Amino acid sequence: MVTLRVNGTSRTVDVDPDTPVLWALRDDLRLTGTKFGCGVAQCGACTILIDGHAARSCVTPVGAIQGREVVTIEGASGQVAQAVQEAWRRLDVVQCGYCQSGQIMSAIALLSEIARPSDADIDAAMTGNVCRCATYVRIRAAIHEAAKTLGG
Amino acid sequence: MPGRMSAPLHLSRRRFLQGTAAGVGLLVGFDLPVGRAVAQTGGVLAPNAFVRIAPDNTVTIIAKHIEFGQGTYTGLATILAEELDADWSQVRVESAPADVSRYNNLFFGPAQGTGGSTSVANSWEQLRKAGAMARAMLVAAAAREWSVPAAEITVERGVLSHARTGRRATFGELASKAATLPPPADVKLKDPKDFKLIGRRIPRLDSKAKTDGTAQFTMDVYLSDMLTALIARPPRFGARVRTVDAAAARRVKGVTDVVQVPAGIAVLARNFWAARKGRRALRIDWDESGAERRGTDELFAAYRALARQPGTRARRDGDPDAAIAGATRVLEAVYEFPYLAHAPMEPLDCVVRLTPGGCEVWAGSQFPTIDHAVVAQVVGLPPDKVRIHTLLGGGSFGRRATPNGDVAGEAASIAKTIAGRQPVKLVWTREDDITGGRYRPLYVHRLRAGLDPAGRIVGWEHRIVGQSIIKGTPFDPLYVKDGIDATSVEGATTLPYDIPSIGVELHTTEVGVPVLWWRSVGSTHTAFSTETFLDELAHAAGRDPLELRRALLKNHPRHLGVLELAAQKAGWDVPLPRGRARGIAVHESFGTCVAQVAEVSLGRDGLPKVERVVCAVDCGVAVNPDVIRAQMEGGIGFGLGAGLWSEITLVQGRVQQSNFHDYRPLRIEEMPLVEVYIVPSAAPPTGVGEPGVPPIAPAVANALFHLTGRRVRRLPFARPTA
Repeated sequence: MVTLRVNGTSRTVDVDPDTPVLWALRDDLRLTGTKFGCGVAQCGACTILIDGHAARSCVTPVGAIQGREVVTIEGASGQVAQAVQEAWRRLDVVQCGYCQSGQIMSAIALLSEIARPSDADIDAAMTGNVCRCATYVRIRAAIHEAAKTLGG
Repeated sequence: MPGRMSAPLHLSRRRFLQGTAAGVGLLVGFDLPVGRAVAQTGGVLAPNAFVRIAPDNTVTIIAKHIEFGQGTYTGLATILAEELDADWSQVRVESAPADVSRYNNLFFGPAQGTGGSTSVANSWEQLRKAGAMARAMLVAAAAREWSVPAAEITVERGVLSHARTGRRATFGELASKAATLPPPADVKLKDPKDFKLIGRRIPRLDSKAKTDGTAQFTMDVYLSDMLTALIARPPRFGARVRTVDAAAARRVKGVTDVVQVPAGIAVLARNFWAARKGRRALRIDWDESGAERRGTDELFAAYRALARQPGTRARRDGDPDAAIAGATRVLEAVYEFPYLAHAPMEPLDCVVRLTPGGCEVWAGSQFPTIDHAVVAQVVGLPPDKVRIHTLLGGGSFGRRATPNGDVAGEAASIAKTIAGRQPVKLVWTREDDITGGRYRPLYVHRLRAGLDPAGRIVGWEHRIVGQSIIKGTPFDPLYVKDGIDATSVEGATTLPYDIPSIGVELHTTEVGVPVLWWRSVGSTHTAFSTETFLDELAHAAGRDPLELRRALLKNHPRHLGVLELAAQKAGWDVPLPRGRARGIAVHESFGTCVAQVAEVSLGRDGLPKVERVVCAVDCGVAVNPDVIRAQMEGGIGFGLGAGLWSEITLVQGRVQQSNFHDYRPLRIEEMPLVEVYIVPSAAPPTGVGEPGVPPIAPAVANALFHLTGRRVRRLPFARPTA
């Protein structure tokens, strides 16, 4: 039994401590917005926030995050999250959409740290998030647009 | 996907009314975003298989094609909503069930399927008529209700009105009345000048669900008591299980079953993590006597030797041998293309629930008709007892369209082996995906051409060596003619340039590595060899690459149109700063012409850094311009990633790559700025999912030559360290 703080609530799951957070979220808590893409932290589809920082849930064991705050796409809220999701919709960033939960979580983490990221900041923060549909042009534009919204 | 399948099948468009009128009945499908099955209820206007208008004023459009990123849900809905005069905010979309009697692809004949960039093209007339039919029935209902002539009723943004009497009603208010009327025998379609949705920027219908985590993919299906299954697959293609020791696997907490199926050894568990641990604990002795043991180095060597021999003729204009023999200057180049994995972001997966009375399948199925037949056969039920729910696909690029329904068949075989005791979700890990085959085939091309003293190309000879994608599949009779698989040579046989003598020959090889179509199919390699070789010829003749293409495309106005537009917008004649160069390429695939100008500088390790791409596209009527732009942007990124990085290699029959660290996709810092321009056209729409891919790699290679003097003859540009 492991107890996790997910989206502001304490949740207990019956898994081994070496189970990746990804599979506890999906198989046990049915929070399916966080995606399985590679299993080895190479694609970012599984990105969540742990204490506000972007983390790859596919290689993070549940045993390592007890007492820490996990936020998934389902729990993404607040000004930054809203600005990011709205920019994504205004620009119609998505194509197949499978990687986009992870892209959005990485973008939220970036904008929470850097209010007006440069292109280089975006490259550094988003390079771990693969999109095989290559929606990168719009991801970049949506991050800039969200930053502008948040800057007032 | 099979490309040129359209010509003989266009006739079936005419039969649309019979096909659709028979389709009134219980419609079951999946709503975005949550994948909830809904049954049709009373008071709903459902005049054909493609639209339902409910008393709550929603217009639900039923998509016979899978949405896996290409924007088809939005495109199909736009076409129907246009003729219906619906308001976009009332439009919903749901996936059609697998039902070939109503939802066949009109270009595929008797098969429901998505591919070859055909979704909008084959649906264009069908959905316009379906929308116009529903509109006519709503108008007829209003005319009766208000006792006014139908001709005096106008429809705008989901509201019917009659000016003289001031009567107004929404679609929802008239739906149940309209549902009692007979469908009209024929309908009139709009004059394109009256289009209100087509040609405008219409927001995607799936954006919200795909940005809040609610979009449901097959991976997200969780049924009560469902097990997760992973399959241990052979280390070499063609190997089989000799013996298995599953004792340690069975001891893993959560593992419920270890069973043998045709694909290998399946481990079933209560969750993914247990299944993965269980699979790792298997000890399997493989019988590799029938396995493919060659590596890609051996294949390249064998193919290069074959490329020196005459092959089966695929195209012959004039006398290329004599023309080249008589030329003042002859150029020759050999090109090598690796195997490529599709690597869609959602790994392959399928959910099967088998009960004594029937079988349900949830899948991102690109060929529901094939998956339907395969599952029925595997589980031993009549096809009418098998139901396929097509969910959103997390990418595909061709991988979810297999002629043998591989993934659905595997999931069904597991469900059958445990006698349907529990539902099963089969998951391919990323390693299974990268090492599991069904690659874009490895090819070698040899091109020769001759120039006359004036620098004109007098003869062109193109030989292609590689495996057939189609041979031996159910598509064989349609696409393999006189020993030529059309998908092996498309783009080469369709070379548009006015050259008096052209020869194209094919050597089809037999290799035990399974192959499959990969986004833009034959054009993935033919566009590269033809467009870079033409660039070499231009250089040898001392001619500008744009000017030479222009001169050779006089009789191809659509090619010429995109070429001129891209060159003009890119400022072809404007000099670039030092350290930058431009390259250009133009190619037609699936009836769509695309030209791209790549602006390139030199990046790390001698690799090109693509700064900017200007893209022009002619795809007939631009149904949804923003989706077209998105597909060009995405196609450019997809093609560039493959061109720069992607290669599957085999050593002694074993695949050397396993995940995204060594099968490297394009990442955000490598994505160029992209500008897309659409040629205005009134021609029927063609597809955009694939045609953005072929020109980018040759455009970049041509730019790199102008920058460095180095010709790229082997892809990828970067050779990965395996």
